[in-house]
Amino acid sequence: MLEIKNLHVKLEEEDKQILKGVDLTVEAGKVHAIMGPNGSGKSTLSYVLSGKDGYEVTDGEATLDGEDLLDMEAEERAAAGLFLAFQYPVEIPGVGNMTFLRTAVNAQRKARGEEEMSSADFLKLVRAKAKDLKIDADMLKRPVNVGFSGGEKKRNEILQMAMLEPKMCILDETDSGLDVDAMKLVADGVNALRDEGRGFLVITHYQRLLDHIKPDVVHIMAKGRIIKTGGPELALEVEQNGYADLLEGIE
Amino acid sequence: MALPQAKLTATEARLDALTLPTGGWADSARREALSRVQTMGLPGARDEYWKYTKPETLVAAEAPKATVFEADEEALFADRDRLKIVFVDGVFDAEASDDLALEGVSIDRLAEATDIHWAKDIYGTLETAGQTPVERPLAALNTAFATDGLLIHVTATPSKPIHILYKHSAEQSDAMLHHVVKVDAGAEVTILENGPAAARFNKVMEVDLADTAKLHHVRAQGRDHERRAATHIFARLGTESVFKTFTLTVNGVLTRNEVIVELTGDDAVAHVAGACMGDGDFHHDDTVFITHDAVNCESRQVFKKVLRNGATGVFQGKILVKEGAQKTDGYQISQSLLLDDDSQFLAKPELEIYADDVACSHGSTSGAIDEDSLFYLRARGLPRGIAEDLLTIAFIAEAVQEVEDESLGEEIVARVEAWLARRRD
Ligand SMILES: Nc1ncnc2c1ncn2[C@@H]1O[C@H](COP(=O)(O)OP(=O)(O)O)[C@@H](O)[C@H]1O
Ligand SMILES: [Mg+2]
Repeated sequence: MLEIKNLHVKLEEEDKQILKGVDLTVEAGKVHAIMGPNGSGKSTLSYVLSGKDGYEVTDGEATLDGEDLLDMEAEERAAAGLFLAFQYPVEIPGVGNMTFLRTAVNAQRKARGEEEMSSADFLKLVRAKAKDLKIDADMLKRPVNVGFSGGEKKRNEILQMAMLEPKMCILDETDSGLDVDAMKLVADGVNALRDEGRGFLVITHYQRLLDHIKPDVVHIMAKGRIIKTGGPELALEVEQNGYADLLEGIE
Repeated sequence: MALPQAKLTATEARLDALTLPTGGWADSARREALSRVQTMGLPGARDEYWKYTKPETLVAAEAPKATVFEADEEALFADRDRLKIVFVDGVFDAEASDDLALEGVSIDRLAEATDIHWAKDIYGTLETAGQTPVERPLAALNTAFATDGLLIHVTATPSKPIHILYKHSAEQSDAMLHHVVKVDAGAEVTILENGPAAARFNKVMEVDLADTAKLHHVRAQGRDHERRAATHIFARLGTESVFKTFTLTVNGVLTRNEVIVELTGDDAVAHVAGACMGDGDFHHDDTVFITHDAVNCESRQVFKKVLRNGATGVFQGKILVKEGAQKTDGYQISQSLLLDDDSQFLAKPELEIYADDVACSHGSTSGAIDEDSLFYLRARGLPRGIAEDLLTIAFIAEAVQEVEDESLGEEIVARVEAWLARRRD
């Protein structure tokens, strides 16, 4: 589903190489996890895949179901089925959460040549999904992420994911700043979306999220590269021994 | 002090082109106003108060031409139950207007009210008071020469808003209207104004609010592109009275809106807000002067300007807190959203405070669309143009929220959305 080959990325404004040859393939129906120390380039990878400005791809490619992602606008990638749950969801004063959600759902439908969702259908759907995530009516009415706690912001990301039903979901440190209960809610939300046609790339710093969202494959990223790939046991290994051993000898 | 020659010449040329209306209770007010104009002279390019806005075309003896704008949409407020009063190029249109009858309100026309009238105590009086400490000669000119206007006396809360609809039909029309609004204790009224009024429009509205009176004023200027307008609102607020005024301005080569409010009774509230949408040959100036002269009053100034393609926005806003006006709560914010590098925002926020127990804040910012917000929206599938428009609407939201009636606020927002949509790629 998601295929990344030899991806090299530098900052547009600076001569700083951040990704130095990332190779990664996420198959439909699978959950891949990326772990790695801070600053290793995990967020950068998620941003580059979703089309954020400010980065320059100097080599390599990334495709979603064979389509060249890097050639598309951010909104085209979203309509093609790519979703990024942000590490730091953005607060947008003046834009109601509900308006935002409805505009997003319908913009994607329109881009795919589908019919817009009626207000009634949308309301019904959003209420049901919000309830599962313990998101109350007030949070839906408030401006996007404004005044939300860390946990509320992350749950709001998962709500958006649930509404948009993307085929490839990237979650960037969705567990950071969550207590155990909130993490469970988020994990349940993600697990509810797991199905054969959907791929997940779960970026996390800690192993504990992976207790709830069981990965099929675990990658370790360091210094802009995937330095090791293994099964779920790799996450436990990192949890016990840290990254030091793995990092030894990596340039 | 003698006027500088250039100013004297310009003032005389303008006055020569006008005829002082006579006959009736307003005669003395008009003559006094004329002599104020002669003493002050009309605004000139060197005046400090006109530093950011060129007054020449507002002052010129002859109004510059303005192409009549043919709107492709229904006029704002047209769908609501209201008392409609229409002026075409500043001339009352009886046929297009409703009967000037509304329970709780008496409405007369300045041009017809010749007998002794309640408005005599207000007409020109609030304007005169508003001439200090800063001169506003165009308002005095209006008091002297206004050809018509509405004298609205609200004695009890009417069932629907009063809607003043302006229309522009002649390419070189030069209209001068002067409204007086008096609201009695306990009464509450909404006045709506919109539509292109003339090629050049000089309008004054004097507002006198008795204790506990409430006036909601919502107006929209535009979508005519070539108009020039200078408007003044002079408001005097009694104890516990509330005055809320909001203006949406779209298009127009030159618009200067001055609002002068005096909070003279304790616990009074004044909210003055505006949003403007400028594209290209657009110059918009909000000049506000709020004087706190009583205890425990609240004033808010909230101005948002969206500027693109070289448009210019100006804000001059002042809060003056007089001695003894304790517990004043004064807030002022003026912000511009610059959609490109060619546009500019010039702001001069001022506070002058002579009381010690007050809370006043002011802020002014200028900025582009927030890139992180834009990416967040696009990452959810919103096309760039739609995302930018949504953020633009969000930017003006704080000003629109000053309109208490939500349905009016929604109508305003819908117009702004349409304005943006017409410019979307
Ligand atoms: N926009 C940026 N400006 C400057 N440095 C950046 C930017 N984006 C990423 N970096 C740098 O790139 C490296 C990788 O960052 P990031 O992708 O956020 O790592 P991670 O998510 O793994 O913690 C860090 O050294 C970070 O400082
Ligand atoms: Mg990160």
